[in-house]
Amino acid sequence: MAAITSLGESGFAVPAERPRGMQVRRRRRLNVFRYVVFTVFGLFFLLPLLATARFSLEGSRLGTWSLAAWKQIGTYKGPPPLLPAIEIQLELAVITCVIVLALLVPTMVWVRLRVPWISRVIEFLCLLPLTIPAIILVVGYAPIYNRIRHYELSALMLFWAYVILALPYAYRALSAGLNAIDVTTLSEAARSLGASWFTVIARVIVPNMWQAILNAMVLTTALVLGEFTIAYLLLYNNLPVELFSISRNTPNASVIFSTSLASLMFAFVLLLILSYAGRRRHRGPGMR
Amino acid sequence: MTSPMTRTQDGAARTGVEVRMDGLSRHYGPVVALDKLDLTVQAGELIALLGPSGCGKTTTLRLVAGLEDADAGRITVGGKDVTHLSASKRDMGMVFQAYSLFPHMTARQNVAFGLRLRRIDAAKRDKRALEMLELVGLSTQADRYPHQISGGQQQRVALARALAIEPQVLLLDEPLSALDAKVRAQLRDEIRRIQLEVGTTTLFVTHDQEEALAIADRVGVMKDGRLEQLAPPTEVYSRPATSFVAEFVGLTNRLAGTVSGETVTVRGCELPLVDRSTPPGPATALVRPEAVTLASDNSGDAGPLTGTVIAVTFLGATSRVTVDLGDTTILAQLTTADAAVLPAGSRVTLTIRPDPVLVAADAAAPAEG
Repeated sequence: MAAITSLGESGFAVPAERPRGMQVRRRRRLNVFRYVVFTVFGLFFLLPLLATARFSLEGSRLGTWSLAAWKQIGTYKGPPPLLPAIEIQLELAVITCVIVLALLVPTMVWVRLRVPWISRVIEFLCLLPLTIPAIILVVGYAPIYNRIRHYELSALMLFWAYVILALPYAYRALSAGLNAIDVTTLSEAARSLGASWFTVIARVIVPNMWQAILNAMVLTTALVLGEFTIAYLLLYNNLPVELFSISRNTPNASVIFSTSLASLMFAFVLLLILSYAGRRRHRGPGMR
Repeated sequence: MTSPMTRTQDGAARTGVEVRMDGLSRHYGPVVALDKLDLTVQAGELIALLGPSGCGKTTTLRLVAGLEDADAGRITVGGKDVTHLSASKRDMGMVFQAYSLFPHMTARQNVAFGLRLRRIDAAKRDKRALEMLELVGLSTQADRYPHQISGGQQQRVALARALAIEPQVLLLDEPLSALDAKVRAQLRDEIRRIQLEVGTTTLFVTHDQEEALAIADRVGVMKDGRLEQLAPPTEVYSRPATSFVAEFVGLTNRLAGTVSGETVTVRGCELPLVDRSTPPGPATALVRPEAVTLASDNSGDAGPLTGTVIAVTFLGATSRVTVDLGDTTILAQLTTADAAVLPAGSRVTLTIRPDPVLVAADAAAPAEG
């Protein structure tokens, strides 16, 4: 009672000390809530994956198990062929990542250091693709791709569109990385020691935003690996388009599920590797 | 001017170069950050630029470093015009206010960074980096990352990094402001020791007057982009050139008086004037608290130099006593032992030591009219 009176007098609304039993009950309720939320969301994401996995392991007779669909990923001859589509998809991911990073990293560092007043404009431009539906983008891209097709038919040409699609995600990830370091002071310190602008970016800024660069790469890769609409509407055959074609043409549906799951697992493993590499690099040898 | 090394009598070699700024100006839109600044830093000298926020001291440093471009004026280093030279080619070491070590490099790698850019071979680079770390007392922390050492140690590594490239000029931009008082005082003395040891011409920017007075050969007090006074610390303190300098450097009592000839009469005391050309008439004299001494007064007589102690502030070895004189209050700085016998409420008699005083411009102006 005395405690409540003194707290009331001091004007604090929150009691400084709660009865121990109350705290324990509260913590237990919070834990139960956490587990329920975690389980519900886990099931929401896992059930479709488990169903996909089950279908990919379906044998020739209903209710039997077989690895045939997984073995077919490598041997599937089509039509359409799968392996070239996987190759192209990976190449697209690499090309898109490289171009997005080569475009954004120096630009963002430069804007932050030398022309900070245009950072809002750059941000707006980079986030713009997020606000335009894919179908509208395709309408815009179509005449450009008609011309590109005169010179090159490969689906690798999709990188032009993917670079633009990836801009908002990569921009956000890199921006968070740049916010985490004092770019101005670090670059001025490097400049005063005799570093050129290239050295400042390559040896001082980039190593300190490595985690952000990896995040941008993961997001860009995930986007490229799953992109269907633009490729399909522009009449290019990337992996999701090929999977869609298989689902329409082949009697062996299991291979679609095994390939989808394989591409998902590939993206997941890639993400794990990238974030592990990022953590190791960020932590540095001194922390081991 | 007496050379700094002669004055300090430590026999250190002077390896620095002269830095000269002529008519240096810098504007940020309508704001004048630097207004035709003329300043020469002698070879091997340490000049502290002191002033309130926005006075242009950091701008001066950044212009010398080449991190910003001057709108007008010229900067010469060792006789060579560097006004339009890029920062990376100026050969200047700089320590920043914010922690500026590269987080992904160890202390040793940070120190060796500038040497690596100069393509010095790995063995020599490593040796020099260790020497520099030893100079700042951190050779045992060479393989630690910035986040594994304290703020004071980080600034020491930054100093070692700046000195490793053997710069022509060392620029220190409030390097101690983020540190706690004790580390700050230690590092301040260390910076001075190292600067004397290597003899590099140094420009030190600070808003802390104690720091400036303790470390510099000469102190430049700045206001509104202009240099108000450039003189040795003792002169800046005891013979301030302007009322701004008098009030910015140390505490000052503003006491009404009358200027007559070469003296000003304040509450019956005749005090010599710093500026003997001050026009006669009413004026406000700027009197340092340490020029005021107090003694217990048991007579009960009222006079212009008697008052009542209203507060005693303990500052360690000294105490600051506030005395109510009836029409105004005055601060006196006494030893703590002397102040102990003058508790609040006691009657005191004041004596003002006849040090040369300055008359505040705002009060002197009406006297002219």
